[in-house]
Amino acid sequence: MNDVANKPLGEIPDAVVDEQGRLCGFVHSVETGAAVDGPGVRFVLFVSGCQFRCLYCHNPDTWKLHNGNPRTVDDVVDEIGKYARFLKFAGGLTISGGEPLMQAHFVREVFYRVKQQYGLHTALDTQGFLAAHLPDEWFDPVDLVLLDIKQIDPVKHEALTSKPLWPTLDFAERLMAMKKKTWIRYVLVPGWTDDWMDVEKHADYVKQLSDKAPGCIERVEVLPFHQMGASKWQALGLEYALVDTETPQAELVERVRQQFRARDLICC
Amino acid sequence: MNAPDTQIAQLNAWRDFKGGEWQEKVAVRDFIQLNYTPYTGGDEFLAGATARTEAVWAKLSELLKAERAAPGGVLDVAADRGTAINAFGPGYIDESLEKIVGVQTDAPLKRAIFPNTGLRMVQSSLEEIGRTLDPQIENIFLRYRKDHNTGVFDAYNPLIRACRSSGVITGLPDAYGRGRIIGDYRRVALYGIDQLVKFKQAEKAETDDLAFTEDVLRLREELSEQVRALGELKEMAAAYGYDIGRPAASAQEAIQWTYFGYLAAVKEQNGAAMSIGRISTFLDIYIERDFKEGRLTEAEAQELVDDLVIKLRIVRFLRTEEYNNLYSGDPTWVTESIGGMGKDGRTLVSKSSFRFLNTLFNLGPAPEPNLTVLWSADLPRGFKDFCSKVSIETSSIQYESDDQMRPHWGDDYGIACCVSAMEIGKQMQFFGARCNLAKALLYAINGGVDEKTGKLVVPGFEAIKSDYLDYDEVVARFDKMMDWLAATYVKALNAIHYMHDKYSYERIEMALHDRDILRTMACGIAGLSVAADSLSAIKYAKVKTLRNDAGVAIDFAIEGAYPAFGNNDDRVDEIAVWLTESFMNKIKSHKTYRNATPTQSILTITSNVVYGKKTGNTPDGRRAGEPFAPGANPMNGRDSSGFVAAGASVAKLPYEAALDGISWTASATPDALGHTMTDRVNNLTNCLDGFCNATGFHINVNVLNRDTLLDAMDHPEKYPQLTIRVSGYAVNFIKLTREQQMDVINRTFHVRA
Repeated sequence: MNDVANKPLGEIPDAVVDEQGRLCGFVHSVETGAAVDGPGVRFVLFVSGCQFRCLYCHNPDTWKLHNGNPRTVDDVVDEIGKYARFLKFAGGLTISGGEPLMQAHFVREVFYRVKQQYGLHTALDTQGFLAAHLPDEWFDPVDLVLLDIKQIDPVKHEALTSKPLWPTLDFAERLMAMKKKTWIRYVLVPGWTDDWMDVEKHADYVKQLSDKAPGCIERVEVLPFHQMGASKWQALGLEYALVDTETPQAELVERVRQQFRARDLICC
Repeated sequence: MNAPDTQIAQLNAWRDFKGGEWQEKVAVRDFIQLNYTPYTGGDEFLAGATARTEAVWAKLSELLKAERAAPGGVLDVAADRGTAINAFGPGYIDESLEKIVGVQTDAPLKRAIFPNTGLRMVQSSLEEIGRTLDPQIENIFLRYRKDHNTGVFDAYNPLIRACRSSGVITGLPDAYGRGRIIGDYRRVALYGIDQLVKFKQAEKAETDDLAFTEDVLRLREELSEQVRALGELKEMAAAYGYDIGRPAASAQEAIQWTYFGYLAAVKEQNGAAMSIGRISTFLDIYIERDFKEGRLTEAEAQELVDDLVIKLRIVRFLRTEEYNNLYSGDPTWVTESIGGMGKDGRTLVSKSSFRFLNTLFNLGPAPEPNLTVLWSADLPRGFKDFCSKVSIETSSIQYESDDQMRPHWGDDYGIACCVSAMEIGKQMQFFGARCNLAKALLYAINGGVDEKTGKLVVPGFEAIKSDYLDYDEVVARFDKMMDWLAATYVKALNAIHYMHDKYSYERIEMALHDRDILRTMACGIAGLSVAADSLSAIKYAKVKTLRNDAGVAIDFAIEGAYPAFGNNDDRVDEIAVWLTESFMNKIKSHKTYRNATPTQSILTITSNVVYGKKTGNTPDGRRAGEPFAPGANPMNGRDSSGFVAAGASVAKLPYEAALDGISWTASATPDALGHTMTDRVNNLTNCLDGFCNATGFHINVNVLNRDTLLDAMDHPEKYPQLTIRVSGYAVNFIKLTREQQMDVINRTFHVRA
């Protein structure tokens, strides 16, 4: 696997500029009061484009780059600026998607400018698939990475997301080497990611990762699957495989969280 | 039986209080400032409900259940007599258990009738529940005296009547008590009735040598009525075994005396909103003194507060169905204002601020009293976090910006009704309901012809003839229509308040005011976001009129997209600001009754549903009959950038142009506030600080799942205490009409994506 691992998969599309030569990105939407995407209350910039095709995805309308509207960095940074005073004490900026690394040029510039101009706390919500294309310095203006490890079993991961697992794990190792603050997240989908043994392995993996850079993994978030994305699949004319999947029972969510907590990880 | 303690009566009521000018004249604020203990800690000291409290509440809960099941939700009515301070003997929930006593009639939840404000309203409310009025009362009002309602209609002109029935002006207090007057009930405790009578007599004597003009005569008559009412209040308390001629000498007495003052008011007036003021930190002074003297434990102090709150939860008025459709869920707005900062920088939060909020845990959630937190960025963090916790768990409280209000009204104001600030005992308002700006916009387009009936309501205006609406033309016409509407509206309010003073004067409430007070004429607007979005659509998209055979624009086709209010987009937010400021300026240009200072609110209570029903299709794409957004809220579902952006838009509406308050209701699911309780509390506190810093004025916070509400519609019996904030007050969700319930469910819920 090592030989393959050295060669990054996928590619990061070129930077997009408008007629005036200004750097642009495709923005799907913004949420100004998100309280579950990083610490505190956050401005979340949802950018479009993703290589994964997760069966449970609740935003399939962000898969394609052109699902978003092109906006300049200036425009986006100005909009965030309207909330800067509030975000400064209440939370910060999170860039989510889609997969933000699909638009690494644009995303990096937004993070950089928001750090420079407003000094906000910044978080990157990613699955890390494209991270190997980026140098360590790219992550300098990112305070926190919300890393989605969607399944720990490589075969099941690929079945669930359509892509291999190892680039995500490589990135996880690299984050520890960089001593980057990280939250590990995963969506608990009954029948897909709730197997007791899988969760044990998942928790073991996170534990050994955490031990490599004590204090860097601040928490593990187990996000219960919900059906709020179902209508979007329909609207896009896509076949939704999880129509009959139930949302996890509270007991199941608690069981899974306990599996992580049993390894001294903070899990919620 | 809790017989009045004779030993307490022997004590000097003012012992150990720091003296000041409050000893020489009525100056409750001065007393508070000199004697209260600010509290900056957390909620760890609070006590739960005692067995006694639980027993009283259990007994009452049975009655409340019977009330919900009774026709029209009315358990019983005393239809044999008009109400008055002493129309009824004492009544109890359980005399052997109650620590604070007194109910409006001779039994809890038995409603009184208030014929002074309108006999017809009394008759129809009784008819609706299959009861009849004692013929003698009818006789009295037909032969010997007149009611407020008759007086108002004697004065109205045909145009006012037309506006009233078309719904361009709605909710006017011309058949029910205007309310929104807060007696300074604390005065009863601090001074006792005998001293208050002396002060009032002195105030009257000062007018002895003035020329007897109409103003002076009215004032002298009012002062005499006030003194008479104080005497009646003393008698009422005596019937319960208390001598309130003297000041209160203990915490129990202070609470009881204060409540007696309030009780007399709700026995005499069926005001739309009967707020209690700002009593918690005042009462805390007595509780602290009893603690020091070893007379009281924390559990006992909480018990007294719980018992008072139980009483405040069962204030009732007999209303008509029409009234309930406007103001749904049987609200009484027993608003208690809690917290805030003092002018000297000390917080006005005391331990009793916590105790009042703690009743929502001890007795479970409830819509009344309407607990209102006066929020400031400077409040102690422990109190802020406790408030957030209460909101997250009960959805029963609202927040108003003390930082906005304090510069205008000082640090001893209270909220009347939902969002109306007034300095306690020094200020009152003439409540003016609201007019419908969205419908006024349609009138501007259709030249005063009503889009629903086809009738000409406003004469002298030309209709817009073009297929596509031109922004400048529409704005010019709308501006003139608002001129006309403001003039007609103020006329109606002048008539109402002239007659209310004459036929249904609030004797006891005004007895607990200074003689010389500030009066405001509290106008209001509904449909702000509909009107702003409509203008935005006309300006930024293309709006085509669709006309009926008579040429009336009854629908609109929108081509293209437009920025909607509630997304922090200046293009449309500035239109909303312009509407607010222009209508206020138009109101200001008219002469008001008793030289009242004109103000306005952006508040609909639940009348947004009725206003919507009475308004046709609007150029923003809203369909005919669909509810407006409540208060200053963005239209449901159009605030798509999250609640911080929505709040930022609302916060742009200038308080200076809406000094009677700007109401915003926001709902979030618990999950959307954070993964853990600690995160949720922290996030909500920060959001409240953020909104306050952004010059936001008011926010109702609901933390609920939509599924809970849907389940409550189908199984109301499972949710007897499910409380939800609507516009400016809270209601028992299951008491709302089905339409109102659907409106609440259809509102924007901020969920986690």
